[in-house]
Amino acid sequence: MALTEVRNDQEELGEYDPGEIYAPRRIRSRVVRVSTEPFLVRFAIVAAALAFLGLFIVLPLIAVFVQAFSKGFSTYIKALTDPDALSAIKLTLIVAFASVTLNLFFGVAAAWAVTKFRFPGKTLLLTLIDLPFSVSPVVAGLLFVLLFGLQGLLGPWLAEHNIKILFALPAIVLATMFVTFPFVARELIPLMQEQGTAEEEAAVSLGASGWATFLRVTLPNIKWALLYGILLCNARAMGEFGAVSVVSGHIRGETNTMPLHIEILYNEYQFAAAFAVASLLAMLALVTLVLKTALERKLERKSR
Amino acid sequence: MAHSNAFPRFREPTVIPGFGLTFGLTLTWLAVIVLIPISALLLKATSISLDEFLNILLAQRTLNALKLSFGLSFLAAVVNVFFGLTVAWALTRYEFPGRRLADAIVDIPFALPTAVAGIALASLYSPHGWLGSFLAPLGIKVAFTPLGILIALIFVGLPFVVRTVQPVLADLDPELEQAAASLGASRWQTLTRVVLPSLLPAILTGFALAFARAVGEYGSVIFIAGNIPNVSEIAPLLIIIRLEEFRFADATAIATIMLAAAFVMLLVINRLQRWTEVRG
Repeated sequence: MALTEVRNDQEELGEYDPGEIYAPRRIRSRVVRVSTEPFLVRFAIVAAALAFLGLFIVLPLIAVFVQAFSKGFSTYIKALTDPDALSAIKLTLIVAFASVTLNLFFGVAAAWAVTKFRFPGKTLLLTLIDLPFSVSPVVAGLLFVLLFGLQGLLGPWLAEHNIKILFALPAIVLATMFVTFPFVARELIPLMQEQGTAEEEAAVSLGASGWATFLRVTLPNIKWALLYGILLCNARAMGEFGAVSVVSGHIRGETNTMPLHIEILYNEYQFAAAFAVASLLAMLALVTLVLKTALERKLERKSR
Repeated sequence: MAHSNAFPRFREPTVIPGFGLTFGLTLTWLAVIVLIPISALLLKATSISLDEFLNILLAQRTLNALKLSFGLSFLAAVVNVFFGLTVAWALTRYEFPGRRLADAIVDIPFALPTAVAGIALASLYSPHGWLGSFLAPLGIKVAFTPLGILIALIFVGLPFVVRTVQPVLADLDPELEQAAASLGASRWQTLTRVVLPSLLPAILTGFALAFARAVGEYGSVIFIAGNIPNVSEIAPLLIIIRLEEFRFADATAIATIMLAAAFVMLLVINRLQRWTEVRG
């Protein structure tokens, strides 16, 4: 009983909106039965909604797969086993792994700092964490060009010391980290705020170390939200195009990620090959959505 | 332990350790990934004289690109409000076969990489594409025109309106509508005077999010746009073109305007979200 009361007290901490706006989730898919519209009106509204979704969202998705196989299965396989395609797939996996791991690490640290302590300037900190969501990916890429490029701030110094960041892996990872910056933190913060600090305080009072408290008390409480954040972060990291396009330098077989490889193939009129590589990313998107739906069910059950 | 007195008066006391470590890591992360790169842009921007800055922004091509980006994003967000409301209403109010699937489909633009969406839309609406071949005889050209850009921006923005309106609509107290009806309001009056005002903050939030996303959008637009200067060239693309021409000042000036717009939109969205919560 006492525990519940403490938790309720924590709720006023909620100056951060749990709106999950940019990557919303846990919307309970239920039907409210107060509408009295006649059948014909209901039918028309549902038909309009489905037609819109079908035309604008489902049709493009179907087009990707149809076009991918338009020149036959062997062309499809050939496009995917082409050395440049393989190196693009490999680079995409490396970049996604690096940026997701780093953002995961920092996202958890940020969520801990923000939700377990009270300090001035928290709202500002949260706004800054959110900032990358509203910045154009192209502008994000430009930031790193201006920082690391030869005309840039650190460029001359880096060139002198023979350190290659721009048009190489480090800049691609940094740009990807920028665009996926808030994903993990934004999933964790609303949940950890809701859960409050009572359990951690109890654990520490009973003599647990900070690490033990995190691993044994906090982590089990946030594991599904953490997975959810990783999932969304990964999908965006693998598919990022604008920011990576600016910093990669488009060196074939070296700094081309999958989306950049798709662009090159498409601009060379190798449509079937472009859609073949695109179909891999489309499948990634579908798998992400299926896993996301499954995780939402888990999160929903927990929150009830 | 280092945590205990790292910031003795800065934060309120608690027994939980790790403030110094996690706060330090957070600030470092923020600085390296976001703040220092943004300072690089602002520093570069201050090295441009005001005259030059204005010359770049008031050049016909820049103005047209900015007008196109902001104007079409606004239009796309308006379209998304109408269709987003329809979709959200159908999903929360009516039971129909495939409702759960339709609900999941709404998120596809969030998950599908922009380049994939871009080439898919471009091929659909090309004069020989599935949809383009229907529209061409009617004299409607989509690919390589602003209309094509609009369609791409509607695609990327749709989930925002649906996902902001849906939870508010689901949590709306049914008794309000019943009360209105029992007091003699027609269904239409109930919708426009009772339901719509309660949804307004969520609708505006969804609108602002869709708009903000569309303004910066690049990948899904460039394939269908045709990128004709002054006609179908969006601002993010112009930044890349200037960069490839080594006109760093031009790229920086346009990017500074877009970054400022992003910041303003972020503040507006935060306000709107708080309003939505208070209403909800």
